[in-house]
Amino acid sequence: MRLARAPLTAKLGLIIILFYILVALFGPFLAPHKQSDVVGSVWQPISKEFPLGTDNVGRDILSRMIYGTRTTLFIAFIATCLSFSWGILTGFFAAVSGGWIDQILSRWVDLLMAFPTLIFALVVLSIVPINMTTLILVMAILDSTRVFRIARALAADTVVMDFVEAARLRGEGTLWIIFREILPNTLTPLVAEYGLRFSFAVLFLSSLSFLGLGVQPPAADWGGMVRDNSLGITFGIAASLIPAAALAILTVSVNFVVDWLLDQTSSLRNQ
Amino acid sequence: MAEHLLTVKDLEIKAKVHRPGEKPFDVTLVDKVSFQLKKGKVLGLIGESGAGKSTIGLATLAYGRFGCTITGGQIILHDNNVLSYEGEALREHRGGRVSYVAQSAAAAFNPAHKLDEQITEVAINKGAMSRSEAVAYAKLLYKKLGLPNPDRFGRRYPHQVSGGQLQRAMTAMALASKPDLIVFDEPTTALDVTTQIDVLAAIKEAIHEFNTAALYISHDLAVVGQVADDIMVLRHGKMVEYGTTEQILYKPQQDYTKQLVAVRSVYKEEKPRTKEEPLLRLEKVTASYDGKVNVVQDLSIELEAGHTLAVVGESGSGKSTAARIIMGLLPPLQGKIYFEGKELTPRLKERDKEIKRKIRMIYQMPDVALNPRHTVRDTIGRPLTFFFGLQGKEREHRVVELLDQIEMGADYLNRFPAELSGGQKQRVCIARALASNPELVICDEVTSALDPLVADGILKLLMRLQEETKVAYLFITHDIATVRAISDSIAVMYQGKLVEVGQKSKILSPPHPAYTELLLSSVPEMRMGWLEEAISNRKMAAAGN
Repeated sequence: MRLARAPLTAKLGLIIILFYILVALFGPFLAPHKQSDVVGSVWQPISKEFPLGTDNVGRDILSRMIYGTRTTLFIAFIATCLSFSWGILTGFFAAVSGGWIDQILSRWVDLLMAFPTLIFALVVLSIVPINMTTLILVMAILDSTRVFRIARALAADTVVMDFVEAARLRGEGTLWIIFREILPNTLTPLVAEYGLRFSFAVLFLSSLSFLGLGVQPPAADWGGMVRDNSLGITFGIAASLIPAAALAILTVSVNFVVDWLLDQTSSLRNQ
Repeated sequence: MAEHLLTVKDLEIKAKVHRPGEKPFDVTLVDKVSFQLKKGKVLGLIGESGAGKSTIGLATLAYGRFGCTITGGQIILHDNNVLSYEGEALREHRGGRVSYVAQSAAAAFNPAHKLDEQITEVAINKGAMSRSEAVAYAKLLYKKLGLPNPDRFGRRYPHQVSGGQLQRAMTAMALASKPDLIVFDEPTTALDVTTQIDVLAAIKEAIHEFNTAALYISHDLAVVGQVADDIMVLRHGKMVEYGTTEQILYKPQQDYTKQLVAVRSVYKEEKPRTKEEPLLRLEKVTASYDGKVNVVQDLSIELEAGHTLAVVGESGSGKSTAARIIMGLLPPLQGKIYFEGKELTPRLKERDKEIKRKIRMIYQMPDVALNPRHTVRDTIGRPLTFFFGLQGKEREHRVVELLDQIEMGADYLNRFPAELSGGQKQRVCIARALASNPELVICDEVTSALDPLVADGILKLLMRLQEETKVAYLFITHDIATVRAISDSIAVMYQGKLVEVGQKSKILSPPHPAYTELLLSSVPEMRMGWLEEAISNRKMAAAGN
């Protein structure tokens, strides 16, 4: 897997993702204003002072975009990490154990997946207090069901291999089998899947914020910014398109990279 | 018409290899191979995997597997250059003038259509025959190929006939369009020996009866020797030797051919039985996967320390299940297993670590028995850490020692399985099993997936290791030659039951029970005329009964 031989799309995707990450990391140093400071009048056009204009209450859109990137990426990243750790662990455990353990875990996941994710999240978030922790937890738990399915399927393919049986006959424990025998053989597809689920998490968080149940004002995030400025569209003001474009570009970039990663796995398999 | 039906001249076939991280490069699969074939004659192509024999066979159909291109040479059939065919002419050629019999008939037939439909399809589509003619001809072919109930055979679906019958049905399919040339690609390799002999006889008779020419591809010289008029020995895409079957079998010129002829000549004197308590004893063990059908029934065997017991039988005889029972993967319904004089708990989970250390297993397919993401060091080192707590230098030292024992050495420490050959992988599996200093190693068909010469090397290695470490082997195999080579005692199994058990000398010398006789007489011998002899002996025995 060499970066130099990656297709142009993958390279472009990686550069854009790297840019987003840098912006998220160094946001407070880059942003010209605080995210909640009202610095101008409502919906000012693009100017030297406000490179992306101002929003519906006169805040600097560039600064809010920078802070928004930080919030959005941070929540999505942590939520995806949690959902992956939990999903992989339970998925592998189900595949390795088999029998009734597998049945119980799989049926539980079926039950969770029977509810439409967004509606489930809306119900839960309208009951519990909305803060960053609950938001991350709700997203992680809902997403872990998808990860469980994939991890279990991948592990089920590997667990029937003779080398896993050889480890069992030696008397190795479940954790060894999960982390040393199965995980290394399923890592590449899982990394690709991580990319996909991460972009879904960003979209999901934005949807929640757009509906008012995600990141709470005055903190900035992309979904919330689309909602805040959506009225402007009727007046021909493009402020809400800026966070929407940021979302679209990130999702496309992630998909470029994932496509390349998946190509790598299939060419490995064909060997 | 020319004297020769088929002329292959300076054939060169290359394949593009794509490795991640490297530029695609060409590999020569077939390098300047030439031969000629007359009508009604059979040419045997023989060689280990990767010798290019199937690639040559497919090239006569003007076909290259994915990524392969025919880059040079000529293939001339009936004075026409096959490689220049395109479109309609190519379609006419494939299946019409040359047909192909694949190794796995079960995978080659479409399970959703009846046999008749598939067998007559080519002849009808090419316009050579009407449907009723084609069906009538197919019935004739079934009869010639010795298929049961020829009038009704074709009305069945592929899953309703046995593996050997299906392979003969595929030969019928190849013959149905009355081709000039048939390419047989390892047609009996996937079959049991007792089935193989019937299929071989049927193929041989059909070729003579219909006077077609044939290319017979196999890795087994003894099999090719029965059906071929001429034999070409191939290695790494190059011709090693070419001659009549007689020349190749009795007067081989090249070293490689000599090795192939001498293969399976490994032999070990049996060790006499002692009065000591056997290392492993199975007492009337019965087991089942679903609780209804007993896969193993009343199995009683004994194995002494440092000895080799070969459990032999065809597929479905329950021999691999016996291994799973001993390993603790399938608790028996009835019966007891004794190890070192003590009763063994039936479930793996309830066995203590010491038992797991003493009983190890080696698998048939080294490709899936090694974790592709673990280096040779990790693979062999893990049991050392797990059972003896060895770490760091101590462990490294012992791993290298084991690598030396399997004749590989420290250079291989950092290699991944993908960087090893099939034989080397199996050697690493052997080292992994021996790393725990076991008392008993169960070898489940450990040589069946390997080329004959490589398999011989593995058998010799196992025998040497037994002398050095005094380990006992329970050797599960379908191959009598392997049994002859390494066992001290033999257990013959058929349909889950023990046919007979005893010392090697006793089992291998007559008189035999009927099944043992059948099994022993079905193993192809490295001489001409064996097939006819075996068949006529069988007919005589049947008439005598």
